[in-house]
Amino acid sequence: MPAAVEFQHISKRFGAVQANREVSFSIAPASIHGVIGENGAGKSTLMSILYGYYRADSGQLLLNGQPQQIRNSQEAIRLGIGMVHQHFMLVENMSVLDNVMLGSEGGFRLAAKRRQVEEKLRQICQQYRLDVDPLAYIQDLSVGVQQRVEILKQIYRSANVLILDEPTAVLTVQETASLFDVLRLFKQQGKTIILITHKLQEILDITDSVTVMRAGTVVGSLATASASKEQLATLMVGRPIQTQLARAPYAPGAAVLEVAGLHLKNQQHVSVLKDLHFQIRAGEIVAIAGVSGNGQSELLEILSGMRLPTSGKLQLLGQELPGAKRHDADGLPAKFRALGIAHVPEDRLRDGVIKNLSVMMNSFLGYQNQAKKSLGLLDFNTILSRCLDLLKKFDVRPADPYLRIGLLSGGNQQKVVIAREIAAQPKLMLVGQPTRGVDIGTIETIHAQLLAMRDAGVAILLVSVELEEVRALADRILVMSGGCITGELKAEEFDATRIGLLMGGLHKS
Amino acid sequence: MNNTDLPRWATALVLPLLNLCSALLVAALVIYLLGENPLESLSILINAALLNPEGLGYTLFYASTFIFTGLSVSVAMQAGLFNIGSEGQMYLGGLGLTLVVLAFDASLPGWLLLPLAIIGSAVFGAAWAYLPGYLQAKRGSHIVVTTIMFNFIAASLMNFIIVSYLIPTGQQNTSSRIFAESAWLPKLNTLLPFLGETPLNISFVMALLALAIYGMSISRTVWGYSLRAAGLNQHAAHYAGISITRTIVIAMSISGALAGLAAVNSVLGSTHYLNLNFPAGAGFIGIAIALMGRQHPFGILLSAILFGALIQGGFDLSLEKPNIPPETFIFIQGLIILFCGALENLYAPALASLLKYKSNLRNQDV
Repeated sequence: MPAAVEFQHISKRFGAVQANREVSFSIAPASIHGVIGENGAGKSTLMSILYGYYRADSGQLLLNGQPQQIRNSQEAIRLGIGMVHQHFMLVENMSVLDNVMLGSEGGFRLAAKRRQVEEKLRQICQQYRLDVDPLAYIQDLSVGVQQRVEILKQIYRSANVLILDEPTAVLTVQETASLFDVLRLFKQQGKTIILITHKLQEILDITDSVTVMRAGTVVGSLATASASKEQLATLMVGRPIQTQLARAPYAPGAAVLEVAGLHLKNQQHVSVLKDLHFQIRAGEIVAIAGVSGNGQSELLEILSGMRLPTSGKLQLLGQELPGAKRHDADGLPAKFRALGIAHVPEDRLRDGVIKNLSVMMNSFLGYQNQAKKSLGLLDFNTILSRCLDLLKKFDVRPADPYLRIGLLSGGNQQKVVIAREIAAQPKLMLVGQPTRGVDIGTIETIHAQLLAMRDAGVAILLVSVELEEVRALADRILVMSGGCITGELKAEEFDATRIGLLMGGLHKS
Repeated sequence: MNNTDLPRWATALVLPLLNLCSALLVAALVIYLLGENPLESLSILINAALLNPEGLGYTLFYASTFIFTGLSVSVAMQAGLFNIGSEGQMYLGGLGLTLVVLAFDASLPGWLLLPLAIIGSAVFGAAWAYLPGYLQAKRGSHIVVTTIMFNFIAASLMNFIIVSYLIPTGQQNTSSRIFAESAWLPKLNTLLPFLGETPLNISFVMALLALAIYGMSISRTVWGYSLRAAGLNQHAAHYAGISITRTIVIAMSISGALAGLAAVNSVLGSTHYLNLNFPAGAGFIGIAIALMGRQHPFGILLSAILFGALIQGGFDLSLEKPNIPPETFIFIQGLIILFCGALENLYAPALASLLKYKSNLRNQDV
């Protein structure tokens, strides 16, 4: 039987960057094939070539043994290739049915076709046990179900090869498990699945074979059964990776941050945070685990001064934080910073950097008032030497302070942000999703730096949706769901299943 | 594909030049259709505006006003605000200096009167811009809408004030009385006689000074950094502890003060009385100058001189070539605004792929 998909010597270059170099591997029909690699390893480019977004400079693409030229995504769809993007391509205020029909309405009148499509959707849902109501509106569905709608869309378009790009990034443990059940069913029914991920555990859990990419080339293609986590990580990064980082024994000091009775109502008067009580002590990392959108972002914003709480008490080292008598948080983050609170924001491109400014101009964002000499002039000599220092210490590549920061990769941007906040020598460090979109090698650096801060006696609040990260860093874990803290665990009690249930809002005594 | 993929020299120099050439090309086509030789017309224009010393004096005189209005729009733009109200702010600036002069030109000596009048223009311009700035910062009223409306309010208000209070009895012109000579700005041809008969005065020097201060504070001070941060990414500025409200209000006030200062050249430097509608669109030209000069001090200077030259050269051109009406200047000005403002990135994709193609060739050589 010919391979469902076969890449033969695919090369693709963007300007000076060789994104794919002589990539060759094949994917057996009715199998689940994993593609792993760090950011910039060329996975996305390769999949974009398969899906018709780009055309390879050289090389050949075979589908079921037949050479194919895929010039655009319509052709890819016609050839039975479907793609589920990391960021869903759904219209929020339309129903599932309308989203599926979008782009393939056919004819002038909608009504007849709509009945037809609805019938077919119900059939597909039954066949693949996808529990989705075709008439529900996207905005009312959870992220996990929205993803199923994306998959449903591809099946409806009779995709036989399904590409999933980082599908579990937004899912809870339970949602991931049920997604994998669906994928296994697909396999049984003869469909081929390509799973792009950076989570090694998922590769081991569900794939039949795996291709590891590094710097545009394939560095290994192997059967999953014969692979181990360490082996894959080493192949990906090109050097052995320490999975367990050294840390001093847990010996927390005095309370640094105390939060009592914290409430927040948003502009629609919906409670986003409900009666939070917790404290963070010097020299400990407290992680907040939870599916994104359960109040963690708002909590970080309040603790960094970017937003005012509706009510509640915030104390830093026994001192009440400013802002209680204010009407808005305009300019408040400056005061919080001056008291020793540093903040690595969750959404780095929105809050953490100004992408049109150079790396150097971003290296003191938030600390601009300390970067001046007389007359309010910026002290460029000090700024530059400090910036070069940070770039070197955190191995930012390229180490060019005059480069626009928007041109750096996400991981390197994140290194600049974290370096800047660590350099401020805070008492309390707020860290939101520090390794989102960051590759394994960089994750190792960032984690090591955070642990070093902890060992040096800084109180750290970590918000992360990655359970692996929570496990690697936290001394204590608070689980948030629906704006409440639904449970607290010590590091040694770590239990993914229990955390998953707590994240889903199911209290378990 | 957008222009952030391009190197800085390309966005700062090549794109504006290509845009300018396109505008001139369309203008040449129209001049050709009017039955005149475009090349000859261009040479007349350049000769009248730049090569002839007297013409150059006039060009720089117009440019002095445009530098101030261009700076006014640029300061606001750096903070992410599109101030369309420089016209009205300049108009009010004229009122500010006129009130000072009318009150004191009989009693105070020139060295004291002129600075006071200049401050008066800045204060009135700033006050007129402060209101939309405050409304934007505190109430979220969009600055584009409010500043446009404030232009109309300024026009009506000035009409009322000039007609009801400032016209001396027995005068037909809708303008104030002529100022005493102590309130006339010193002309530059007393220092540089080769300029000949020209209204060019020391406000040109003030304009250059303003450009230098602007360039310095935008790129080298904490204040300028905060302003740009707020303009480029409001979320990140808030994260950095920069007060967005304060930044908006201050940026608009300074923007208005600069527009107010533009009145100094026209009123104290040239007419020596406050005339109805004296800004004559200089505030709007400021928008074109800020866009074309990309808010860079040097770019603002060059664009201001370009627009000054177009006015000066346009006058002479229409005198020499009766087929070309004086309105042609407004038409060319419109073309430049169209190409440099609205179609700013027209050539960016083509230029980007050209550069990419060249770098590909280079890589293949290696």
